[in-house]
Amino acid sequence: MAAKKKEEKTEFVNKQGKRLDGRTTDQVRPIKIQVGVVPRADGSCYLEWGQNKVIAAVYGPRECLPKHTASPYKAVVRYSYRMATFSVPDRKNPKPGRRDIEISKVSSEAFERAIFTERFPNTAIDIFVEVLDSNAGTRIAALTCAAVAVADAGIPMRDLISGVAVGKAGGKIIVDMNKFEEDAPDAVDIPMAILPNTEEIVLLQMDGLLSKKEWLEARGKAFEAIKQVYELQKQALLKKYEQPVEAAENGGVVQ
Amino acid sequence: MSSLVSWDFRTDKVLQAIREGKRLDARAFDQYRKINIVKNISENADGSARVKIGETDVIVGVKMITSTPFPDSPDAGTLNVGVELLPIASPTFEAGPPDKESIELARVVDRGIRESKCLDFKEWSIEEGTLCWTAFVDIYALNHDGNLFDAAALASIVSLLETKMPKLEDKKIVKGEYKGKIKLSRKPLLCTFAKIANSVVADPSLPEEKAQSARFSVAVTEDDYLTAFQKGGLGSFTASEIDSAIDIALKNTKEIRKQI
Repeated sequence: MAAKKKEEKTEFVNKQGKRLDGRTTDQVRPIKIQVGVVPRADGSCYLEWGQNKVIAAVYGPRECLPKHTASPYKAVVRYSYRMATFSVPDRKNPKPGRRDIEISKVSSEAFERAIFTERFPNTAIDIFVEVLDSNAGTRIAALTCAAVAVADAGIPMRDLISGVAVGKAGGKIIVDMNKFEEDAPDAVDIPMAILPNTEEIVLLQMDGLLSKKEWLEARGKAFEAIKQVYELQKQALLKKYEQPVEAAENGGVVQ
Repeated sequence: MSSLVSWDFRTDKVLQAIREGKRLDARAFDQYRKINIVKNISENADGSARVKIGETDVIVGVKMITSTPFPDSPDAGTLNVGVELLPIASPTFEAGPPDKESIELARVVDRGIRESKCLDFKEWSIEEGTLCWTAFVDIYALNHDGNLFDAAALASIVSLLETKMPKLEDKKIVKGEYKGKIKLSRKPLLCTFAKIANSVVADPSLPEEKAQSARFSVAVTEDDYLTAFQKGGLGSFTASEIDSAIDIALKNTKEIRKQI
């Protein structure tokens, strides 16, 4: 909080429209995506988003245990968002907290919409994401990474899931806030994920004081930014699979 | 009642009605059920309330407790929201530690209140770095007939408005003595919507919740700020559905707030 007091006079966007880290209000931090990084997993992905570093592995569809948790109608998507103990300034308790559980819940619900779960009754699709280093926007980095890992696992999806966290700092609507911006006294954080081709919103959260007008601006900026994220996800997948599927690693299940 | 077959049948009825532009209980799509608020239902709580939305029944008790402030905010008190989905309230609720459903509910209620900045946590500092007030807002579901989110949020804000600040002597709470009510600068309320077929309805009843593909909650203040969003459920929303839900929430809360 002591740091926050100082920030009250901080200008988060200068007259030239540049942010403190040199980005424009619409600019996403650099994103690097690498597909197929865990050889034993059915699908996997490593992603860097600014200072955020996340790794995701997907197993399944596989037997759903314990069996009473299975559905005779569809696959159950189990998503686990966890943060490494060293991924935050203080040491994080490795025990999943309420935040981890909530993020895992809303993220699994996003995948339930994206994946054709009805094709795999009585099974489970397990998605594990570990945040290795963090600097704001980790739930979206994790979801974006996991979507590529699910695609890498060859699991049929309606679409990839792409997301971004938009928000407000110092009265300005900005895309993909970093930690410093997220700690602004008037900060608003809006993590959002969509199926990019149909523009269906599959994850949406918000906290902070936001007017309806500001929401409309933030939403517009988010959709633009998400298009860029989606292109990077596709490029990463193409890089692995532009050669014939049979010639690529045999990790992908071919239907 | 709780058999799968009976619910499948009811889900079909809900879907059929919604497709015809109707709801099974004859409400308009943006209309709430009857809301009943009773304040101060507990003698031992520092603030409490019981809220019914239709048959959904929730009680909330607030306890003001002295505690150690968080290291990152040594000069501020805090808020702690917990939800107990009692097995009393529904055949689908189980005893035991909070599951993901109740954690999500607690965190959405918490966000709606906290982010509205209605509580001045700085005022709750007793001694910087060592002692502060924490408001424990504990929500108990007594009957689940749909839309626990809004009932829980409404009961929480009503309870906080009734909450008295305990007296302190030598940094210890004097039981049963108070020095006035705690201050709230805003009254954030939560509005929850269900997407059923291709329609969005406010304040879903239990049969509607069973038939919904997705849920969207928005917390709004009397000065028309949005303070929390939460999308849940396996389906999705379009941007325009979210926008119109926000407009309905801003309109509906004006009516609900008159009852507080």
